[in-house]
Amino acid sequence: MSESRDVKVLGVWASPFVMRARIALNLKQVSYDFLQETSFLTEKSELLLKSNPIHKKVPVLIHNEKPICESLVIVEYIDDVWTSAPSIFPCHPHDRAIARFWAAYIDEKWFPSMKGISTAQGKGAKKAAIDQVIEGLVLLEEAFVKSSKGKPFFGGEQIGYLDIALGCFLAWLRVSEKMHGVKLLDQAKTPGLVKWAERFCEDPAVKGVMPETDKLLEFAKILFAKMRANLPK
Amino acid sequence: MILKHFHKLNHISQILLSEMSGLKLHGAWVSPFVFRVKWALKLKGIPFEYIEEDLYNKSKMLLHYNPIHKKVPVLVHGGKPICESMLIIEYIEETWPQNPLLPNDPYEKALARFWVKFADDKGPAVFKVYKSRGEELEKAKEESLEILRTVEKHGLGDKKFFGGEEIGIVDIAFGWMVHWLGAMEEVGGVKLLESDEFPRLHAWINNFKEVHVIKENLPDHHDLVAHLKVLRERLLGQSSS
Repeated sequence: MSESRDVKVLGVWASPFVMRARIALNLKQVSYDFLQETSFLTEKSELLLKSNPIHKKVPVLIHNEKPICESLVIVEYIDDVWTSAPSIFPCHPHDRAIARFWAAYIDEKWFPSMKGISTAQGKGAKKAAIDQVIEGLVLLEEAFVKSSKGKPFFGGEQIGYLDIALGCFLAWLRVSEKMHGVKLLDQAKTPGLVKWAERFCEDPAVKGVMPETDKLLEFAKILFAKMRANLPK
Repeated sequence: MILKHFHKLNHISQILLSEMSGLKLHGAWVSPFVFRVKWALKLKGIPFEYIEEDLYNKSKMLLHYNPIHKKVPVLVHGGKPICESMLIIEYIEETWPQNPLLPNDPYEKALARFWVKFADDKGPAVFKVYKSRGEELEKAKEESLEILRTVEKHGLGDKKFFGGEEIGIVDIAFGWMVHWLGAMEEVGGVKLLESDEFPRLHAWINNFKEVHVIKENLPDHHDLVAHLKVLRERLLGQSSS
């Protein structure tokens, strides 16, 4: 297993994007060093600034001293390098295109709408933000039904690219539900995803990496307080 | 007369070949995103039928194929739609591997995908220059210059193209810098890409425009400027100076 000689992930335990890289490595049973940015909210490490000079963000995968940035690019790289283990991407080009499409939707439209719940000012805006997140989840429910074809995951029998792309947000989703007293993943509107979420979190590749909701909730409170303090008056 | 028939026959044979490959591209002549897909298909020599969409009166087919974003380009292959320009190109690359647009090596591939994402994420920020004014325009200029400086410093190195000696997926992703940026600068009344600050990007733009497929497939500059002026007026109101 000479490929696993030098694999590091630069990240923070709370970040869903970092989780993507870790889940992918776990699926491939590749051991890695998890180098945590300890002062992430205040100061970024030398290694991070050197490895990702353009965005200065986590995750960064460092493989044989070479940095790879952007969580979904990292997942694809992992699938390209460790080919003997289960495939993360679907086989057929059209299925791959659909998986990529929904992953892009999650990152460009759905995740920003999730963030929108926390930044919404006033009851009306908050409700609108919540409705938007739920609408997105309903679309993802349809995508799940089409993609899984009755099997447990978007990727079929096993966790795949789209499972990783969405599943990494489950802890934050639960935090959002607790913080705002709402049900986002709901049995009535998204029954498939409710069951999928349970299976995803129970998967061995995910279990050690998904933060506990209460721990994340505490972290979220500190994070939002800091963000509010930093807002221009 | 003979030339006219030749062009007609060539056009008919293209349609017949595209019927066989079952490829249709829904697009709009102004869109740099549509051109990305056109370039990729032509670089690989893949015949396709092109369907021009009126973006103010989108066809039922387009809305059926892309219900989430309702945008062009959409590539339809054997009746199945693929949306989002750079995702379409990944699909094209996987389905027709000749004249590869992505490097073989996984690390080089990851680097290419990083820059594709950068080009895709940051393009819209640069486009703001043609449709802003006053303080917003100043902000858009600053942001755009930062973006261009990043690409100048980190993106190209000493290579002729982002793809090396031949153009690749990253060159295609940055294609908006070639014709559209100049038109937007003109309409917005700004100059971003000065040759002394951006020698590498300037050289790249000239090299890119000389590639046969690109040269033969660019929108008319005057038409583009005129169109962007109309869009700017629509967005900013009649007093758009």
